[in-house]
Amino acid sequence: MTGPTARRPCGDGANQFTGSIWIFGDDVDTDAIIPARYLNTSDPQELAKHCMEDADPEFPGKVRPGDILVAGKNFGCGSSREHAPIAIKAAGVSCVIAVSFARIFYRNAFNMGLPILECPEAVREAGQGDTFSVCLETGEIHNVTRGRSYQAAPVPPFMIELLQSGGLMGYVKKRHLWESRS
Amino acid sequence: MPMTLAEKILAAHTDRGNVHPGELLEVRVDFCFGNDITAPIAIKAFRESGARKVFDPQRVALIPDHFTPNKDIASAMQVKILRDFAREFGIAHYFEVGRMGVEHALLPELGLVLPGDVVIGADSHTCTYGALGAFATGVGSTDLAAAMITGTTWFKVPASMKFVYHGRLKPWVGGKDLILYTIGQIGVDGARYMAMEFTGPVIENLPMSHRMTMANMAIEAGAKVGLFAPDEITRQYIEGRAQRPYTFYASDADARYETIHEWDVSTLDPMVALPHLPENVKPVTDLPEIPIDQVVIGSCTNGRLEDLREAAAVLKGRKVHSSVRCLVIPATQKIYRDALDEGLLQIFLDAEAAVSTPTCGPCLGGHMGILAAGERAVATTNRNFVGRMGHPESEVYLSSPAVAAASAVLGRIAHPDEVR
Repeated sequence: MTGPTARRPCGDGANQFTGSIWIFGDDVDTDAIIPARYLNTSDPQELAKHCMEDADPEFPGKVRPGDILVAGKNFGCGSSREHAPIAIKAAGVSCVIAVSFARIFYRNAFNMGLPILECPEAVREAGQGDTFSVCLETGEIHNVTRGRSYQAAPVPPFMIELLQSGGLMGYVKKRHLWESRS
Repeated sequence: MPMTLAEKILAAHTDRGNVHPGELLEVRVDFCFGNDITAPIAIKAFRESGARKVFDPQRVALIPDHFTPNKDIASAMQVKILRDFAREFGIAHYFEVGRMGVEHALLPELGLVLPGDVVIGADSHTCTYGALGAFATGVGSTDLAAAMITGTTWFKVPASMKFVYHGRLKPWVGGKDLILYTIGQIGVDGARYMAMEFTGPVIENLPMSHRMTMANMAIEAGAKVGLFAPDEITRQYIEGRAQRPYTFYASDADARYETIHEWDVSTLDPMVALPHLPENVKPVTDLPEIPIDQVVIGSCTNGRLEDLREAAAVLKGRKVHSSVRCLVIPATQKIYRDALDEGLLQIFLDAEAAVSTPTCGPCLGGHMGILAAGERAVATTNRNFVGRMGHPESEVYLSSPAVAAASAVLGRIAHPDEVR
């Protein structure tokens, strides 16, 4: 479903994000997301100060809470560093929408509680600074600026619960999965 | 139901007889590990979970190799988190400077990762052990934390891609050139989420160190694993090292592959990946004159003894060009000692190269050889992303040890034959 369609309601609104978008290209690697020279710490706020700085030096200073990252294919390729989704999340970014994600980054993003969606059409027709409104439950991505809506795969309920728990460990603790094994 | 090598290993780590691409599985993990960058986050998650022991202290490794010997106070604090955790939880395989090595060279060398294993490591180049016929893949720190507690992890069964290499390799052409060529052909996401399987007459004769170089860079094509079916070369490597029983698996003759690439590599020249992606690959013979400032010979990709021999064969009796810094970094303490005993370090020192204790250091722009703005390096490492080895305006060219050594001598990117 693509086009200037009416928007559907998004659950209780807890999983809806609206923000300005920052567009990046194909193959954004983990060294661009957070350069290794800053990996002598895992403090989220320290990492956020350098998020995306080699791709766009102005990004860390100008990104606002709720903003949305939009990128081409293979976003997050390269290293397994969880510092990458941690830095993006700590920078205030509410979610990332890309044509496709590299495998390890995809897994790490959910494990860190950073929502991500794959939607080539939404990326293709987006302009720098457009406003997106994103619903994880329905997978609907609405380009408010252009009045067009796009359909990504909805995030399944258990993954939404995982995201709301702040990631995998929060989810696991909430469900007390480890107690019998520790 | 026929299965590929990847599917067989995964099936053997579940209670299932058969697995199919796309299925989600919980699998037993034979070995898991992290390093000084990734393990602190895993340890924090482990402690916050309330877990009181690791699933098996013999099957967990903590390897401080990225910023070690500690480059600054923050790095020292990170390593201390690993050291304290290793003591508290009785982790058998913790390696202090002086005994350590670059993780993906060290673990196979010690026989801790083996054919038929499922291995996860909080480092993307964990795929290196595919060279032994292990299903080995990089994960994030949180996945490592969960595996340290439970001894299990979850995977989506990857579809497999088969690569068949025919012909005879020219002199100075090896595993690094084959994998760079392959990535150049399929792109940095050409094997995204997939299992790559390397086969064919060229592979059957390829030494283990070259197989490790190829498997190491499977991630650079986006792959989950890069596999070689274990054979006599594997057996020779494993004998005398293996710390546990192991199993050789092979793909069924009628196993299903998503795609099959067949190449005759007889005319392949040494390859170089130009900035800023490993897919920007050209034969060294096609390059214009590209002056360089630094050469790095080492890393989990090409820091093994065979790699140092290859570099030494080019550097012997020659000097590093006056405008070049040449860094040689044996990947483990044992490789360092063997290189010393063989006289390789003498050759490097006579050539006026710097020889360092094992570290990942410059590969990721950590320390021990950072580039300034506008500088250019030839490195035997695995990534040439923007800013990978230092300043965002520096450049990294990826090559084999022979091309790196030749470039060090001539001060520009060069074919090894040019120094003859």
